[in-house]
Amino acid sequence: MHWRAITQLFGILLLLYSLGFIPSLGIALLYADGQWGIFAESLLITAVAGLVLWYPNIKQRSELSVRDGFLVVTLFWVLLGFAGALPFILGLHLGVTDAIFESVSGFTTTGATVMVGLDQVAPSILYHRQQIQWLGGMGIIVLAVAILPLLGVGGMQLYRAEASGVAKYEKLTPRIAETARVLWVIYFSLTLTCAMAYWVAGMDLFDAVGHAFTTVATGGFSTHDASIGKYDSPLIEMIAIVFMLAGGANFAIHFIAWRRLSLQPYGADPEVRVYGMLFVLATLFVAASLYWTGAYTGAPESLRYAAFQVASILTSTGFGTANFAEWPLHIPLILVILSFTGGCVGSTAGGIKVLRIMLLAKLGVRQLFQLAHPQSVSLVKVGRGPVSDDVIFSVWGFYVLYIVTTLLLTVAMMAAGLDLESAFGAVVATINLLGPGLGDVALNFATVSPVIKWLGIFAMLVGRLEVFTLLILFLPAYWRH
Amino acid sequence: MKIIILGAGQVGSTVANNLASEANDITVVDRAPELLMALQERNDIRTVVGHASHPDVLREAGIEDADMVLAVTNSDEINMIACQVAHALFHTPIRLARVRSLDYLANPQLFRPEAVPIDFIISPEQLVTTFIEHLIESPGVLQILDFAGGMAQLVAVQAQHGGALVGKELRTLGKWKPAAETRVVAIYRRDRAIFPEGETVIEAGDEVFFLAARQHIRPLVTAFRQSDKRNRRVIIAGGGNIGKRLAETIESDYYVKIIEIDGVRCHALAESLHRAIVLHGDAADEDLLKQEDIEETDIFCAITNDDEANILSAMLAKRLGARKVVAIINRTSYAELAEGAAVDIAISPAQITIGVLLTYIRRGDVVAVHSLRRGAAEAIELIAHGDRATSQVVGVSIEDLPLPRGTTVGAIVRGDKLVFPSHETVIESDDHVILFLVDKRKVADVERLFQVSITFL
Repeated sequence: MHWRAITQLFGILLLLYSLGFIPSLGIALLYADGQWGIFAESLLITAVAGLVLWYPNIKQRSELSVRDGFLVVTLFWVLLGFAGALPFILGLHLGVTDAIFESVSGFTTTGATVMVGLDQVAPSILYHRQQIQWLGGMGIIVLAVAILPLLGVGGMQLYRAEASGVAKYEKLTPRIAETARVLWVIYFSLTLTCAMAYWVAGMDLFDAVGHAFTTVATGGFSTHDASIGKYDSPLIEMIAIVFMLAGGANFAIHFIAWRRLSLQPYGADPEVRVYGMLFVLATLFVAASLYWTGAYTGAPESLRYAAFQVASILTSTGFGTANFAEWPLHIPLILVILSFTGGCVGSTAGGIKVLRIMLLAKLGVRQLFQLAHPQSVSLVKVGRGPVSDDVIFSVWGFYVLYIVTTLLLTVAMMAAGLDLESAFGAVVATINLLGPGLGDVALNFATVSPVIKWLGIFAMLVGRLEVFTLLILFLPAYWRH
Repeated sequence: MKIIILGAGQVGSTVANNLASEANDITVVDRAPELLMALQERNDIRTVVGHASHPDVLREAGIEDADMVLAVTNSDEINMIACQVAHALFHTPIRLARVRSLDYLANPQLFRPEAVPIDFIISPEQLVTTFIEHLIESPGVLQILDFAGGMAQLVAVQAQHGGALVGKELRTLGKWKPAAETRVVAIYRRDRAIFPEGETVIEAGDEVFFLAARQHIRPLVTAFRQSDKRNRRVIIAGGGNIGKRLAETIESDYYVKIIEIDGVRCHALAESLHRAIVLHGDAADEDLLKQEDIEETDIFCAITNDDEANILSAMLAKRLGARKVVAIINRTSYAELAEGAAVDIAISPAQITIGVLLTYIRRGDVVAVHSLRRGAAEAIELIAHGDRATSQVVGVSIEDLPLPRGTTVGAIVRGDKLVFPSHETVIESDDHVILFLVDKRKVADVERLFQVSITFL
């Protein structure tokens, strides 16, 4: 481990993040809600901490190794959780557990909350909450790589450790910093478009920007307790569906589509196709279920609520227009299972990811095929291209670790006092970065015990860092040299 | 004509054999002296040992006054460079080369004089693949060959009891399906050619060659055979270049299984094939064939690069119940042994390729040449030029044409019309005349006939 280099890097990253308090400070002054002092304090604390870490190691020039990357990324997400929690502690006087839960839930784009009565909270703190999610959506380290070329080669290790999944080896441009920058440009443009659309559709500017932040990040924080449901506007819901789905699509495809100025790449990408198909089929299925059970009157209503909830859950956003946990019969479970699928790789969404599910399904079919034709040689393919065994093994490993972690956390949550439904719901809500769960945690995590919140924090980090990056730190061989 | 052949592989040596007997000066260049020795023993040719694209080697082979260079080494790149060297350094007028890689072939603008100066690209794998594809498309047919850019096709079928016209006189063909115009150009009975006339009675077992427009081929085949079931299930034994290409072209229309013995190759096949089933095993493994429902198979294609393996696996497949078996057989003697008895159709890649080459090598306005019956017979498409004064054919009616014996005018393509000539039909300038020659040795006479006298310019 290059401890001094790591410390220096933490310093830089914290210094960088301290700048993130400036917009909130501005909002506090603009709305004169009296909270500016909190953000000034938070800024100072973070900046000083950053300087303390950075300055003594300023002369460090050693390169980060791949192994360091995992540690830096994981620890930095934890550290960010603390930094982002400062305004909640200082301003809302939340307990440390609650504040960190809220902050981590923000950065990981989960959207599970411990706060109720959002409508009474000062605008600057609400803004801070939305912004946390927006920063976390694309990944703060990706941002750092984009604007700090001094991360150099080490940046690649960090980028790989943080950027999600199977797509992590595909670089859109030859230089990693350029790739990161391109990703942020796309992300920023999507957010801007989304905010304008919301604004035009009738939200006020503050809400439009705030919701755009968490829609494209597929986070799910809202500035109102009633979430998107408060507006009761089909148009706003439609906009939200479009941008949630956009946030849950592979950003590499956005990049290609943007460069060619055509929608064709979306249709050509096998993962995006399956993702779109999943959305349509699940919507129809849920709508039909809602219609036949009489939960809503009429087919258009059923379709409207189904489409929004499916998009929200498939992309692991967690916005609500209705409390799906109270929907009849099998529907809540269907939606919860859907959240395991998540969005595409290389998106802001959580879950196992469509591509991995596709690979696993194809692997299963191949196994059956092999039984029918024992001497056949068949490969798992995505689109026209074969997938190498390495990737398949990694997907298998990912899947096993993901499911085992889910089961163990469910057991732990039950041991901490939740009933089966709530425990499973809580794990699904956190590890899939979804937000709302089932049972006691259907709407928020306000009433559950601190142990459960800490388990939730762990689950959110596992989900956001796609299992491997975090769990590798528990491998003894990682620490032995 | 002075011809330099680069590469003494299968194509190279077959071409050398064929061309040497047609009064050409042939020099063959290859890096393997033993291949050249064998070739030189059998033919009246010169050989040079060396790297095919090196200017020194080419100079030694006499490229400075060669009329044509034919680059058929097993490397696309060497072939292309050799043509470039021939063009740039020696100004060789005609350059032919074999290019296999589909990646190069997909970019035809590459093959221009200022880039890679190849006048004509031969891709034997492509030709053989198309040939087999034709066979699979048209059940009951032994051979299908294109003329006039595919407007007319020459089809060989084996007559069979149950065919509408078997046992009847040939003249009834015209009345049987008046819409489907056709001309029977040759009949082989017990391996001997019969000159087809109105009174000729078709017998079961006859090999009938007829010319017709592409869309009429299927109904016409039923004149000679019971209607054959459409092919649906295909097993390809051998996943080499041809097997792979064949599987790629037909996998979307047929149920294709491809058997390959080499594991690594299987992997590569599985990568590029999306619907076909790739099987790792021996094509002559009875258990494997049974397990993969050989008895349900419509057509079994043995196309490895090993004649013996092809014949054996085809025989086995036939015995296990495959409806039709075809095999690539390079050796003429084997092909004669196997065809008809052990395998239904023996395919000779060299014969298929040579036709295309001959088209280019022969002088005059030869558009297409197809070698038939293992090179004994030939079908040829020629353009008639000039007028009554300068040409021996233009303005002459078919019955007055001084054609050598055993030669039939099958059809004439006039503009975009396919004409089946009667005795009185007069040949016009720019007609494409399709002729069938029972005896290949008469080709030179026919070509001379179509040449325009010197005064025509």
